Amino acid sequence: MPENVSALQLVLAGDPALYAIVRLSLIVSLSAVLLAALVGLPFGAWLALSRFRGREGAIVILNALMGLPPVVVGLLVFLLLSRSGPLGSWGILFTPQAMIVAQTILIAPIIAALARQTIEDLWLEYRDELQAMNVGTLGSVVTLLWDGRFSLLTALLAGFGRAAAEVGAVIIVGGNIDGFTRTMTTAIALETSKGDLPLAIGLGMILIVIVVLVNAAAWGTRRFGERMAG
Amino acid sequence: MTMRPPLTNLPILLEDVSFVVRDVTILDRIDLMLTPGAPTVVIGPNGAGKTTLLRLAMGLIRPTSGRVTWGGRTDAPADRRAIVFQRPVMLRRSAEANLRYALAAADVPSTEHESRVRELLALVGLASLGGRPARKLSGGEQQRLALARALAKDPQVLFLDEPTASLDPAATQSVEDLIRDVAARGIKVVMSTHDLGEARRLAGDVVLMHRGRIVETNNATAFFSNPKTSEASRFVTGQLLV
Ligand SMILES: Nc1ncnc2c1ncn2[C@@H]1O[C@H](COP(=O)(O)OP(=O)(O)OP(=O)(O)O)[C@@H](O)[C@H]1O
Ligand SMILES: [Mg+2]
Repeated sequence: MPENVSALQLVLAGDPALYAIVRLSLIVSLSAVLLAALVGLPFGAWLALSRFRGREGAIVILNALMGLPPVVVGLLVFLLLSRSGPLGSWGILFTPQAMIVAQTILIAPIIAALARQTIEDLWLEYRDELQAMNVGTLGSVVTLLWDGRFSLLTALLAGFGRAAAEVGAVIIVGGNIDGFTRTMTTAIALETSKGDLPLAIGLGMILIVIVVLVNAAAWGTRRFGERMAG
Repeated sequence: MTMRPPLTNLPILLEDVSFVVRDVTILDRIDLMLTPGAPTVVIGPNGAGKTTLLRLAMGLIRPTSGRVTWGGRTDAPADRRAIVFQRPVMLRRSAEANLRYALAAADVPSTEHESRVRELLALVGLASLGGRPARKLSGGEQQRLALARALAKDPQVLFLDEPTASLDPAATQSVEDLIRDVAARGIKVVMSTHDLGEARRLAGDVVLMHRGRIVETNNATAFFSNPKTSEASRFVTGQLLV
């Protein structure tokens, strides 16, 4: 299979165009994970500890938002950021920033929902002890986030996996502009349709390797942490 | 030891206290006074309401009716009351880190943490295990660590819910020695057990509970030699209270 050979050559030769695409993908997805974590973790923690009417409904909706279709998020962000849209003045449509915004919206619910479950389970276990030690709500949240950090890593990972793998949102708000907003997934889609299979296959291999490596690192960290912290 | 401030938490007074969950009466019109002195031991069969009574007296739950006061106040802060639960939960950290956490929660200045941690670990005989993950310690070790953690609050009152229930005789002995030690320092111990022998060994006063009611309260000597109620005499002679 000559295509596979040339795909491997591209990867091994460090083809600059290919690595620019990989770098942009990582920057966009990791930024989105970071932003989504800043919103999703506190929100998940708050939802885990709070008691209000309609809480069950809020949890169901949040869980449902985990399955948001990327193209719908892309469309929504496109409408927000387009020149006549409410955030049109930002002027960031078809830039990497727009892609980060879209992916943040896509994965914040995933991180929040998984964090809510993790933190609530831990809260049920810790609650009596924390109350007996007079630890307030804020202190409890900090403790739960810290003690749940290895499980929460899994939530961040799920977010990263989703962001790194999706095409629909980034292609709509990024526009797949060569050398500017082209990511691994949008490039794979484009090159495949153009018939440039070596580049598509090379990117596909890199994407899979990245996802496997990130998961392996997180798994290792988690095992290490569990051994050290119990 | 430094001078202790007056015992603002004592006496603990439960007046006509009932605790009801969804129409089920778990505690039924309880009257009880907990005063400074030797340990008060709450005994009774499973489901009698011992845990619920301790949680109310600690202030973790509020009575459905009646009132609980600490040193005459219904709103006395819980910062000098501590409890070791029936199944203590350790945080996912080392034994030492669990104690440091409790010291920080009790507003002990961080400059004192290291010395207090050493002191507490030595007190409960865990000096060599401080660095171990707390949740990997054995049941008996965790029980003693939980006791150390409760003592980090420098409590005036210490509630212990069946502190030896899952321990072997050697571990039971070491926990009972600790309880005596704690009581000798002037800390009021209020503990539950369904081990009559333990009640005999530790109690200054005995509270016998059965089906959400206090059947009898008495000082230990009188309770064991001359029980007032038929339930108490059956319990003392080892018959089953069901
Ligand atoms: N929050 C609650 N909701 C419903 N039932 C409860 C609740 N708390 C306690 N109970 C019930 O109240 C009764 C007394 O419980 P409690 O835990 O106080 O008993 P106990 O004397 O400590 O028993 P054990 O010796 O088994 O620890 C039990 O039948 C228990 O199931
Ligand atoms: Mg109990």
